[in-house]
Amino acid sequence: MDTAYLIETIIKVVVILLIFSALAGIGTYFERKVLAFMQRRLGPMYVGPYGLLQVAADGVKLFTKEDIIPTNVVALIFKIAPVITAATAFMAAAAIPFFPEFTVFGYTVHPIVADLNIGILYILGVMAVGLYGPLLGGMASANKFALLSAARTAAVFISYEVVSGLSILAPIMMVGSLSLIDFNEYQAGGISDWIIWSQPLAFILFWIAAFAETGRTPFHLIANDHEIIDGFGTEYSGMRWGLFFIGEYANMFFISFVIPLIFLGGFGDGTIFGALGLLGKVAFFFFFFLWTRAAWPDVRPDQLMWLCWKVLMPLAVINVVITGLVMMF
Amino acid sequence: MFEAIAFYLFAFLTITMFFITVTTSQALYALTALAAGMIFISAFFFILGADFLGAVQIIVYTGAVMALYAFGMMFFDTTREVKEKQGNKYIIIGLSTLAAILVVVIFATPMVSENIVALYPAIEGVGNTQEVGLVLFTKYLVPFEVAAIMLLVAMVAGIVLAGKKMDLSITLMNDEDLEKEKNKKVLS
Repeated sequence: MDTAYLIETIIKVVVILLIFSALAGIGTYFERKVLAFMQRRLGPMYVGPYGLLQVAADGVKLFTKEDIIPTNVVALIFKIAPVITAATAFMAAAAIPFFPEFTVFGYTVHPIVADLNIGILYILGVMAVGLYGPLLGGMASANKFALLSAARTAAVFISYEVVSGLSILAPIMMVGSLSLIDFNEYQAGGISDWIIWSQPLAFILFWIAAFAETGRTPFHLIANDHEIIDGFGTEYSGMRWGLFFIGEYANMFFISFVIPLIFLGGFGDGTIFGALGLLGKVAFFFFFFLWTRAAWPDVRPDQLMWLCWKVLMPLAVINVVITGLVMMF
Repeated sequence: MFEAIAFYLFAFLTITMFFITVTTSQALYALTALAAGMIFISAFFFILGADFLGAVQIIVYTGAVMALYAFGMMFFDTTREVKEKQGNKYIIIGLSTLAAILVVVIFATPMVSENIVALYPAIEGVGNTQEVGLVLFTKYLVPFEVAAIMLLVAMVAGIVLAGKKMDLSITLMNDEDLEKEKNKKVLS
Protein backbone atom coordinates (compact mmCIF):
# COMPACT_ATOMS: atom_id res chain seq x y z
CA MET A 1 0.00 0.00 0.00
CA ASP A 2 1.77 3.13 -1.14
CA THR A 3 1.75 6.47 0.60
CA ALA A 4 0.09 8.39 -2.24
CA TYR A 5 -2.95 6.12 -2.07
CA LEU A 6 -3.13 6.53 1.70
CA ILE A 7 -2.94 10.32 1.53
CA GLU A 8 -5.49 10.43 -1.28
CA THR A 9 -7.93 8.31 0.72
CA ILE A 10 -7.52 10.44 3.82
CA ILE A 11 -8.13 13.61 1.82
CA LYS A 12 -11.25 12.10 0.24
CA VAL A 13 -12.61 11.03 3.62
CA VAL A 14 -12.05 14.48 5.12
CA VAL A 15 -13.62 16.25 2.13
CA ILE A 16 -16.72 14.02 2.23
CA LEU A 17 -17.05 14.48 5.99
CA LEU A 18 -16.78 18.27 5.77
CA ILE A 19 -19.08 18.68 2.77
CA PHE A 20 -21.82 16.45 4.06
CA SER A 21 -21.82 17.67 7.65
CA ALA A 22 -22.15 21.18 6.25
CA LEU A 23 -24.86 20.02 3.84
CA ALA A 24 -26.70 18.38 6.72
CA GLY A 25 -26.84 21.77 8.42
CA ILE A 26 -27.95 23.55 5.28
CA GLY A 27 -30.44 20.75 4.69
CA THR A 28 -32.33 21.80 7.82
CA TYR A 29 -32.51 25.33 6.37
CA PHE A 30 -33.86 24.00 3.06
CA GLU A 31 -36.39 21.90 4.89
CA ARG A 32 -37.70 24.82 6.91
CA LYS A 33 -37.86 27.08 3.86
CA VAL A 34 -39.57 24.53 1.61
CA LEU A 35 -42.07 23.58 4.30
CA ALA A 36 -42.73 27.26 4.96
CA PHE A 37 -43.39 28.10 1.30
CA MET A 38 -45.68 25.11 0.91
CA GLN A 39 -47.63 26.20 3.99
CA ARG A 40 -47.71 29.88 2.94
CA ARG A 41 -45.28 31.11 5.57
CA LEU A 42 -41.89 32.74 5.23
CA GLY A 43 -39.79 30.40 7.33
CA PRO A 44 -36.57 31.67 8.91
CA MET A 45 -36.16 35.35 7.91
CA TYR A 46 -34.43 37.32 10.66
CA VAL A 47 -30.92 35.89 10.92
CA GLY A 48 -28.96 37.10 7.91
CA PRO A 49 -30.36 37.59 4.40
CA TYR A 50 -33.43 35.36 3.93
CA GLY A 51 -32.52 33.69 7.20
CA LEU A 52 -29.46 32.04 5.68
CA LEU A 53 -27.38 32.42 8.85
CA GLN A 54 -30.04 30.55 10.84
CA VAL A 55 -27.92 27.43 10.31
CA ALA A 56 -24.94 29.07 12.00
CA ALA A 57 -27.12 30.30 14.85
CA ASP A 58 -28.56 26.82 15.38
CA GLY A 59 -25.06 25.36 15.25
CA VAL A 60 -23.76 27.74 17.91
CA LYS A 61 -26.78 26.98 20.07
CA LEU A 62 -26.36 23.21 19.78
CA PHE A 63 -22.62 23.30 20.45
CA THR A 64 -22.82 25.55 23.49
CA LYS A 65 -25.89 24.02 25.12
CA GLU A 66 -25.33 21.99 28.27
CA ASP A 67 -25.02 18.27 27.61
CA ILE A 68 -27.48 16.80 30.09
CA ILE A 69 -27.29 13.13 31.08
CA PRO A 70 -30.46 12.42 33.08
CA THR A 71 -30.22 10.39 36.30
CA ASN A 72 -31.87 7.06 35.47
CA VAL A 73 -30.45 6.48 32.00
CA VAL A 74 -27.87 3.84 31.10
CA ALA A 75 -25.21 6.50 30.70
CA LEU A 76 -22.71 4.75 28.43
CA ILE A 77 -25.26 3.55 25.86
CA PHE A 78 -27.08 6.86 26.09
CA LYS A 79 -23.86 8.66 25.14
CA ILE A 80 -22.90 6.29 22.31
CA ALA A 81 -26.29 6.16 20.56
CA PRO A 82 -26.16 9.49 18.66
CA VAL A 83 -22.59 8.78 17.57
CA ILE A 84 -23.73 5.51 15.99
CA THR A 85 -26.34 7.29 13.85
CA ALA A 86 -23.93 9.96 12.63
CA ALA A 87 -20.92 7.66 12.16
CA THR A 88 -22.73 4.93 10.21
CA ALA A 89 -24.32 7.51 7.91
CA PHE A 90 -20.84 8.67 6.89
CA MET A 91 -19.44 5.14 6.80
CA ALA A 92 -22.06 4.25 4.19
CA ALA A 93 -20.72 7.09 2.03
CA ALA A 94 -17.45 5.19 1.56
CA ALA A 95 -18.85 3.09 -1.28
CA ILE A 96 -20.81 5.82 -3.10
CA PRO A 97 -19.27 7.24 -6.31
CA PHE A 98 -20.19 10.90 -6.01
CA PHE A 99 -18.79 12.00 -9.37
CA PRO A 100 -17.26 10.51 -12.49
CA GLU A 101 -13.48 10.36 -12.29
CA PHE A 102 -11.68 13.53 -13.34
CA THR A 103 -8.11 14.72 -13.82
CA VAL A 104 -6.50 17.52 -11.82
CA PHE A 105 -2.92 18.54 -12.72
CA GLY A 106 -2.41 15.24 -14.53
CA TYR A 107 -3.58 13.19 -11.54
CA THR A 108 -6.71 11.12 -11.99
CA VAL A 109 -9.07 11.35 -9.03
CA HIS A 110 -11.71 8.69 -8.37
CA PRO A 111 -14.32 10.39 -6.20
CA ILE A 112 -15.16 7.19 -4.31
CA VAL A 113 -13.38 6.25 -1.11
CA ALA A 114 -13.39 2.48 -1.65
CA ASP A 115 -14.70 0.86 -4.82
CA LEU A 116 -15.88 -2.33 -3.11
CA ASN A 117 -17.24 -4.92 -5.50
CA ILE A 118 -20.22 -5.30 -3.16
CA GLY A 119 -20.97 -1.58 -2.89
CA ILE A 120 -24.76 -1.75 -2.65
CA LEU A 121 -24.84 -4.46 -0.01
CA TYR A 122 -22.32 -2.54 2.06
CA ILE A 123 -24.27 0.72 1.80
CA LEU A 124 -27.61 -0.90 2.70
CA GLY A 125 -26.04 -2.84 5.56
CA VAL A 126 -24.27 0.09 7.14
CA MET A 127 -27.26 2.39 6.71
CA ALA A 128 -29.32 -0.24 8.49
CA VAL A 129 -26.84 -0.23 11.39
CA GLY A 130 -27.64 3.49 11.66
CA LEU A 131 -31.07 2.59 13.05
CA TYR A 132 -29.28 1.26 16.14
CA GLY A 133 -28.91 4.92 17.13
CA PRO A 134 -32.62 5.56 17.69
CA LEU A 135 -33.07 2.06 19.12
CA LEU A 136 -30.29 2.37 21.71
CA GLY A 137 -31.10 5.99 22.47
CA GLY A 138 -34.72 5.05 23.05
CA MET A 139 -33.98 2.03 25.20
CA ALA A 140 -31.25 3.69 27.27
CA SER A 141 -33.22 6.77 28.26
CA ALA A 142 -35.60 5.97 31.09
CA ASN A 143 -38.60 7.44 29.32
CA LYS A 144 -41.76 5.74 28.12
CA PHE A 145 -42.01 7.80 24.94
CA ALA A 146 -38.43 7.00 24.06
CA LEU A 147 -39.10 3.30 24.67
CA LEU A 148 -42.13 3.41 22.35
CA SER A 149 -39.97 5.02 19.73
CA ALA A 150 -37.32 2.32 20.15
CA ALA A 151 -39.94 -0.39 19.68
CA ARG A 152 -41.14 1.30 16.51
CA THR A 153 -37.56 1.58 15.27
CA ALA A 154 -37.07 -2.16 15.67
CA ALA A 155 -40.34 -2.85 13.82
CA VAL A 156 -39.57 -0.48 10.94
CA PHE A 157 -36.04 -1.78 10.65
CA ILE A 158 -36.92 -5.46 10.55
CA SER A 159 -39.68 -5.00 8.00
CA TYR A 160 -38.34 -2.41 5.57
CA GLU A 161 -34.90 -3.98 5.37
CA VAL A 162 -36.72 -6.85 3.62
CA VAL A 163 -38.42 -4.55 1.12
CA SER A 164 -35.32 -2.58 0.17
CA GLY A 165 -33.26 -5.77 -0.17
CA LEU A 166 -35.81 -7.61 -2.31
CA SER A 167 -36.64 -4.62 -4.51
CA ILE A 168 -32.98 -4.01 -5.30
CA LEU A 169 -32.44 -7.68 -6.14
CA ALA A 170 -34.08 -7.40 -9.57
CA PRO A 171 -31.76 -4.61 -10.86
CA ILE A 172 -28.79 -6.52 -9.41
CA MET A 173 -29.85 -9.57 -11.42
CA MET A 174 -29.95 -7.46 -14.59
CA VAL A 175 -26.57 -5.80 -14.06
CA GLY A 176 -24.86 -8.87 -12.66
CA SER A 177 -22.75 -6.90 -10.20
CA LEU A 178 -23.08 -5.24 -6.82
CA SER A 179 -20.74 -2.34 -7.51
CA LEU A 180 -22.37 1.04 -8.03
CA ILE A 181 -19.80 1.90 -10.69
CA ASP A 182 -20.89 -1.16 -12.71
CA PHE A 183 -24.48 0.00 -12.31
CA ASN A 184 -23.49 3.35 -13.71
CA GLU A 185 -21.67 1.83 -16.68
CA TYR A 186 -24.65 -0.41 -17.43
CA GLN A 187 -26.77 2.71 -17.91
CA ALA A 188 -24.13 4.91 -19.53
CA GLY A 189 -25.79 4.82 -22.97
CA GLY A 190 -28.30 7.56 -22.23
CA ILE A 191 -31.82 7.96 -20.96
CA SER A 192 -33.18 4.93 -22.83
CA ASP A 193 -30.73 2.67 -20.95
CA TRP A 194 -31.89 3.67 -17.48
CA ILE A 195 -32.96 0.78 -15.30
CA ILE A 196 -36.12 2.62 -14.26
CA TRP A 197 -37.71 1.79 -17.65
CA SER A 198 -37.23 -1.95 -17.20
CA GLN A 199 -37.71 -1.99 -13.41
CA PRO A 200 -40.31 0.68 -12.58
CA LEU A 201 -41.80 -1.40 -9.75
CA ALA A 202 -38.43 -1.99 -8.10
CA PHE A 203 -37.74 1.75 -8.33
CA ILE A 204 -40.95 2.70 -6.55
CA LEU A 205 -40.53 0.01 -3.89
CA PHE A 206 -36.95 1.06 -3.17
CA TRP A 207 -38.02 4.68 -3.00
CA ILE A 208 -40.73 3.87 -0.46
CA ALA A 209 -38.27 1.79 1.56
CA ALA A 210 -35.84 4.73 1.48
CA PHE A 211 -38.46 6.87 3.21
CA ALA A 212 -38.83 4.22 5.90
CA GLU A 213 -35.09 3.75 6.44
CA THR A 214 -34.38 7.46 6.74
CA GLY A 215 -37.48 7.87 8.91
CA ARG A 216 -39.02 10.61 6.79
CA THR A 217 -42.56 11.75 6.93
CA PRO A 218 -45.04 9.21 5.74
CA PHE A 219 -43.09 6.84 7.99
CA HIS A 220 -41.93 9.37 10.54
CA LEU A 221 -43.44 7.46 13.43
CA ILE A 222 -40.02 6.79 15.01
CA ALA A 223 -40.01 10.35 16.32
CA ASN A 224 -43.55 11.49 15.79
CA ASP A 225 -43.86 14.87 17.45
CA HIS A 226 -47.62 14.84 17.92
CA GLU A 227 -47.93 11.51 19.70
CA ILE A 228 -44.60 10.53 21.30
CA ILE A 229 -42.94 13.96 21.73
CA ASP A 230 -39.56 13.47 20.04
CA GLY A 231 -39.34 9.72 20.54
CA PHE A 232 -35.76 8.64 21.11
CA GLY A 233 -34.64 12.27 21.20
CA THR A 234 -36.85 13.29 24.12
CA GLU A 235 -34.13 13.04 26.77
CA TYR A 236 -31.31 14.41 24.64
CA SER A 237 -29.99 17.93 24.61
CA GLY A 238 -27.28 19.93 22.90
CA MET A 239 -24.91 18.40 20.40
CA ARG A 240 -25.91 14.81 21.12
CA TRP A 241 -29.37 15.64 19.85
CA GLY A 242 -27.74 17.50 16.97
CA LEU A 243 -25.78 14.38 15.99
CA PHE A 244 -29.04 12.50 15.44
CA PHE A 245 -30.01 15.30 13.06
CA ILE A 246 -26.71 15.26 11.20
CA GLY A 247 -27.05 11.51 10.78
CA GLU A 248 -30.62 11.78 9.52
CA TYR A 249 -29.86 14.49 6.96
CA ALA A 250 -26.61 12.90 5.80
CA ASN A 251 -28.56 9.67 5.29
CA MET A 252 -31.14 11.55 3.23
CA PHE A 253 -28.39 12.95 1.01
CA PHE A 254 -26.66 9.61 0.61
CA ILE A 255 -29.85 7.72 -0.23
CA SER A 256 -30.62 10.52 -2.72
CA PHE A 257 -27.29 9.66 -4.35
CA VAL A 258 -27.95 5.92 -4.29
CA ILE A 259 -31.41 6.02 -5.93
CA PRO A 260 -30.26 7.83 -9.13
CA LEU A 261 -27.09 5.74 -9.28
CA ILE A 262 -29.10 2.53 -9.29
CA PHE A 263 -32.18 3.47 -11.29
CA LEU A 264 -31.68 6.77 -13.10
CA GLY A 265 -28.37 6.49 -14.92
CA GLY A 266 -26.13 8.02 -12.24
CA PHE A 267 -23.52 10.30 -13.75
CA GLY A 268 -24.05 8.84 -17.23
CA ASP A 269 -21.05 8.76 -19.55
CA GLY A 270 -18.83 10.63 -17.10
CA THR A 271 -18.73 14.05 -18.73
CA ILE A 272 -19.29 17.25 -16.80
CA PHE A 273 -22.92 17.27 -17.94
CA GLY A 274 -23.38 13.80 -16.54
CA ALA A 275 -21.97 14.95 -13.20
CA LEU A 276 -24.26 17.99 -13.15
CA GLY A 277 -27.14 15.73 -14.12
CA LEU A 278 -26.43 13.52 -11.11
CA LEU A 279 -26.42 16.58 -8.85
CA GLY A 280 -29.76 17.62 -10.35
CA LYS A 281 -31.25 14.19 -9.68
CA VAL A 282 -29.92 14.23 -6.10
CA ALA A 283 -31.45 17.68 -5.60
CA PHE A 284 -34.79 16.43 -6.88
CA PHE A 285 -34.84 13.41 -4.58
CA PHE A 286 -33.84 15.53 -1.59
CA PHE A 287 -36.55 18.02 -2.47
CA PHE A 288 -39.04 15.18 -2.78
CA PHE A 289 -38.31 14.17 0.84
CA LEU A 290 -39.25 17.70 1.92
CA TRP A 291 -42.22 17.88 -0.45
CA THR A 292 -43.67 14.67 0.97
CA ARG A 293 -43.26 16.01 4.47
CA ALA A 294 -45.31 19.07 3.57
CA ALA A 295 -47.97 17.22 1.60
CA TRP A 296 -48.58 13.87 3.30
CA PRO A 297 -49.98 12.86 6.69
CA ASP A 298 -48.17 10.26 8.76
CA VAL A 299 -49.30 6.66 8.71
CA ARG A 300 -50.04 4.67 11.85
CA PRO A 301 -47.61 1.92 12.90
CA ASP A 302 -50.11 -0.84 12.04
CA GLN A 303 -50.68 0.72 8.62
CA LEU A 304 -46.93 0.79 8.11
CA MET A 305 -46.65 -2.93 8.91
CA TRP A 306 -49.69 -3.73 6.77
CA LEU A 307 -48.20 -1.84 3.84
CA CYS A 308 -44.85 -3.56 4.20
CA TRP A 309 -45.85 -7.19 4.68
CA LYS A 310 -49.09 -7.39 2.71
CA VAL A 311 -48.39 -5.05 -0.20
CA LEU A 312 -44.75 -4.15 -0.76
CA MET A 313 -43.07 -7.45 0.09
CA PRO A 314 -45.30 -9.66 -2.14
CA LEU A 315 -44.90 -7.13 -4.96
CA ALA A 316 -41.12 -7.20 -4.56
CA VAL A 317 -41.05 -11.01 -4.59
CA ILE A 318 -43.26 -11.16 -7.71
CA ASN A 319 -40.99 -8.61 -9.36
CA VAL A 320 -37.92 -10.73 -8.66
CA VAL A 321 -39.61 -13.88 -10.01
CA ILE A 322 -40.79 -12.16 -13.20
CA THR A 323 -37.36 -10.61 -13.78
CA GLY A 324 -35.78 -14.03 -13.37
CA LEU A 325 -38.21 -15.64 -15.84
CA VAL A 326 -37.69 -12.89 -18.42
CA MET A 327 -33.92 -13.17 -18.10
CA MET A 328 -34.01 -16.95 -18.40
CA PHE A 329 -36.08 -17.14 -21.57
CA MET B 1 1.50 -4.37 8.00
CA PHE B 2 -1.93 -2.76 7.81
CA GLU B 3 -3.54 -6.18 7.71
CA ALA B 4 -1.69 -7.26 10.84
CA ILE B 5 -2.68 -4.08 12.68
CA ALA B 6 -6.30 -4.44 11.56
CA PHE B 7 -6.38 -8.12 12.52
CA TYR B 8 -5.07 -7.62 16.05
CA LEU B 9 -7.24 -4.54 16.58
CA PHE B 10 -10.42 -6.33 15.57
CA ALA B 11 -9.45 -9.55 17.34
CA PHE B 12 -9.02 -7.58 20.56
CA LEU B 13 -12.27 -5.67 20.02
CA THR B 14 -14.30 -8.77 19.18
CA ILE B 15 -13.07 -10.71 22.19
CA THR B 16 -13.65 -7.74 24.50
CA MET B 17 -17.19 -7.30 23.18
CA PHE B 18 -18.15 -10.94 23.63
CA PHE B 19 -16.53 -10.93 27.07
CA ILE B 20 -18.76 -8.02 28.04
CA THR B 21 -21.77 -9.82 26.58
CA VAL B 22 -21.18 -12.81 28.83
CA THR B 23 -20.15 -11.08 32.03
CA THR B 24 -22.35 -8.02 32.36
CA SER B 25 -25.62 -8.10 34.27
CA GLN B 26 -27.07 -5.12 32.40
CA ALA B 27 -29.26 -6.37 29.54
CA LEU B 28 -28.66 -3.33 27.35
CA TYR B 29 -24.87 -3.61 27.67
CA ALA B 30 -25.01 -7.30 26.82
CA LEU B 31 -27.13 -6.77 23.70
CA THR B 32 -25.13 -3.81 22.46
CA ALA B 33 -21.83 -5.61 22.99
CA LEU B 34 -23.24 -8.62 21.15
CA ALA B 35 -24.26 -6.46 18.19
CA ALA B 36 -20.90 -4.69 18.15
CA GLY B 37 -19.02 -8.00 18.34
CA MET B 38 -21.02 -9.44 15.46
CA ILE B 39 -20.27 -6.37 13.34
CA PHE B 40 -16.56 -6.43 14.25
CA ILE B 41 -16.36 -10.05 13.06
CA SER B 42 -17.20 -8.82 9.55
CA ALA B 43 -13.82 -7.05 9.59
CA PHE B 44 -12.08 -10.46 9.41
CA PHE B 45 -13.99 -11.29 6.25
CA PHE B 46 -12.96 -7.98 4.74
CA ILE B 47 -9.31 -8.55 5.71
CA LEU B 48 -9.41 -11.98 4.04
CA GLY B 49 -10.86 -10.47 0.86
CA ALA B 50 -14.28 -12.06 1.28
CA ASP B 51 -16.19 -8.80 0.86
CA PHE B 52 -19.51 -10.46 0.12
CA LEU B 53 -19.53 -12.54 3.29
CA GLY B 54 -18.46 -9.49 5.30
CA ALA B 55 -21.39 -7.41 4.08
CA VAL B 56 -23.78 -10.31 4.59
CA GLN B 57 -22.44 -10.74 8.14
CA ILE B 58 -23.28 -7.08 8.87
CA ILE B 59 -26.76 -7.24 7.31
CA VAL B 60 -27.82 -10.56 8.81
CA TYR B 61 -26.57 -9.98 12.33
CA THR B 62 -27.79 -6.39 12.69
CA GLY B 63 -31.26 -7.71 11.88
CA ALA B 64 -30.95 -10.75 14.13
CA VAL B 65 -29.67 -8.82 17.15
CA MET B 66 -32.34 -6.18 16.53
CA ALA B 67 -34.93 -8.93 17.08
CA LEU B 68 -33.14 -9.83 20.34
CA TYR B 69 -33.46 -6.19 21.41
CA ALA B 70 -37.19 -6.43 20.81
CA PHE B 71 -37.34 -9.40 23.20
CA GLY B 72 -35.13 -7.60 25.69
CA MET B 73 -37.55 -4.71 25.55
CA MET B 74 -40.48 -7.00 26.30
CA PHE B 75 -38.91 -9.05 29.11
CA PHE B 76 -36.75 -6.59 31.06
CA ASP B 77 -36.68 -3.03 32.19
CA THR B 78 -33.49 -2.51 30.23
CA THR B 79 -32.40 0.48 32.26
CA ARG B 80 -32.05 -1.66 35.41
CA GLU B 81 -29.57 -4.38 36.19
CA VAL B 82 -30.81 -7.95 36.09
CA LYS B 83 -30.46 -9.88 39.36
CA GLU B 84 -28.77 -13.10 38.38
CA LYS B 85 -28.99 -16.36 40.23
CA GLN B 86 -25.39 -17.26 41.01
CA GLY B 87 -24.65 -20.96 40.97
CA ASN B 88 -21.36 -22.59 41.83
CA LYS B 89 -18.76 -20.27 40.33
CA TYR B 90 -16.03 -22.88 40.14
CA ILE B 91 -18.12 -25.26 38.07
CA ILE B 92 -19.05 -22.47 35.63
CA ILE B 93 -15.47 -21.27 35.21
CA GLY B 94 -14.10 -24.81 34.94
CA LEU B 95 -16.63 -25.94 32.35
CA SER B 96 -16.27 -22.82 30.21
CA THR B 97 -12.47 -23.06 30.24
CA LEU B 98 -12.70 -26.71 29.27
CA ALA B 99 -15.11 -25.95 26.43
CA ALA B 100 -12.89 -23.14 25.14
CA ILE B 101 -9.79 -25.36 25.15
CA LEU B 102 -11.73 -28.12 23.35
CA VAL B 103 -12.85 -25.76 20.60
CA VAL B 104 -9.31 -24.46 20.10
CA VAL B 105 -7.95 -28.03 19.93
CA ILE B 106 -10.64 -29.13 17.46
CA PHE B 107 -9.78 -26.30 15.08
CA ALA B 108 -6.03 -26.27 15.66
CA THR B 109 -5.17 -29.96 15.18
CA PRO B 110 -5.90 -30.13 11.42
CA MET B 111 -3.90 -26.93 10.96
CA VAL B 112 -0.93 -28.25 12.91
CA SER B 113 -0.88 -31.53 11.03
CA GLU B 114 -1.31 -29.59 7.76
CA ASN B 115 -4.28 -31.65 6.71
CA ILE B 116 -6.29 -28.72 5.36
CA VAL B 117 -6.46 -28.45 1.59
CA ALA B 118 -8.63 -25.98 -0.29
CA LEU B 119 -11.04 -28.25 -2.14
CA TYR B 120 -12.39 -25.38 -4.17
CA PRO B 121 -9.53 -22.92 -4.59
CA ALA B 122 -10.39 -19.33 -5.52
CA ILE B 123 -10.69 -18.89 -9.27
CA GLU B 124 -8.65 -16.06 -10.73
CA GLY B 125 -10.63 -13.19 -12.21
CA VAL B 126 -13.98 -14.26 -10.80
CA GLY B 127 -15.73 -11.87 -8.44
CA ASN B 128 -16.32 -12.63 -4.81
CA THR B 129 -20.09 -12.90 -5.09
CA GLN B 130 -19.88 -15.22 -8.11
CA GLU B 131 -17.49 -17.54 -6.26
CA VAL B 132 -19.86 -17.89 -3.33
CA GLY B 133 -22.64 -18.64 -5.80
CA LEU B 134 -20.57 -21.25 -7.63
CA VAL B 135 -19.79 -23.22 -4.47
CA LEU B 136 -23.29 -22.78 -3.08
CA PHE B 137 -25.03 -24.16 -6.16
CA THR B 138 -22.65 -27.05 -6.90
CA LYS B 139 -20.88 -28.58 -3.91
CA TYR B 140 -23.24 -27.33 -1.20
CA LEU B 141 -26.53 -27.43 -3.12
CA VAL B 142 -28.17 -30.03 -0.87
CA PRO B 143 -27.36 -28.34 2.47
CA PHE B 144 -28.45 -25.06 0.92
CA GLU B 145 -31.83 -26.45 -0.10
CA VAL B 146 -32.29 -28.26 3.22
CA ALA B 147 -31.63 -24.97 5.03
CA ALA B 148 -34.22 -23.32 2.79
CA ILE B 149 -36.81 -25.98 3.67
CA MET B 150 -36.04 -25.59 7.38
CA LEU B 151 -36.60 -21.86 7.13
CA LEU B 152 -39.85 -22.46 5.27
CA VAL B 153 -41.02 -24.82 8.01
CA ALA B 154 -40.09 -22.25 10.66
CA MET B 155 -41.97 -19.56 8.74
CA VAL B 156 -45.12 -21.66 8.37
CA ALA B 157 -44.98 -22.55 12.06
CA GLY B 158 -44.52 -18.91 12.98
CA ILE B 159 -47.50 -17.87 10.89
CA VAL B 160 -49.68 -20.61 12.37
CA LEU B 161 -48.69 -19.69 15.94
CA ALA B 162 -49.02 -15.93 15.57
CA GLY B 163 -51.66 -15.87 12.88
CA LYS B 164 -54.86 -15.71 14.91
CA LYS B 165 -57.18 -13.08 13.45
CA MET B 166 -54.86 -12.56 10.51
CA ASP B 167 -57.83 -12.01 8.21
CA LEU B 168 -58.87 -8.97 10.24
CA SER B 169 -57.18 -5.68 9.49
CA ILE B 170 -57.69 -2.72 11.79
CA THR B 171 -56.63 -0.56 8.90
CA LEU B 172 -59.38 -1.69 6.57
CA MET B 173 -62.17 -1.96 9.16
CA ASN B 174 -64.75 0.76 9.51
CA ASP B 175 -65.64 2.08 12.95
CA GLU B 176 -68.77 -0.04 13.53
CA ASP B 177 -66.98 -3.29 12.89
CA LEU B 178 -64.15 -2.11 15.12
CA GLU B 179 -66.62 -1.53 17.98
CA LYS B 180 -68.17 -4.96 17.44
CA GLU B 181 -64.74 -6.56 17.48
CA LYS B 182 -63.88 -4.78 20.71
CA ASN B 183 -67.05 -6.00 22.44
CA LYS B 184 -66.50 -9.63 21.49
CA LYS B 185 -65.34 -11.99 24.18
CA VAL B 186 -61.63 -12.55 24.13
CA LEU B 187 -62.22 -16.30 24.37
CA SER B 188 -63.02 -18.30 21.23
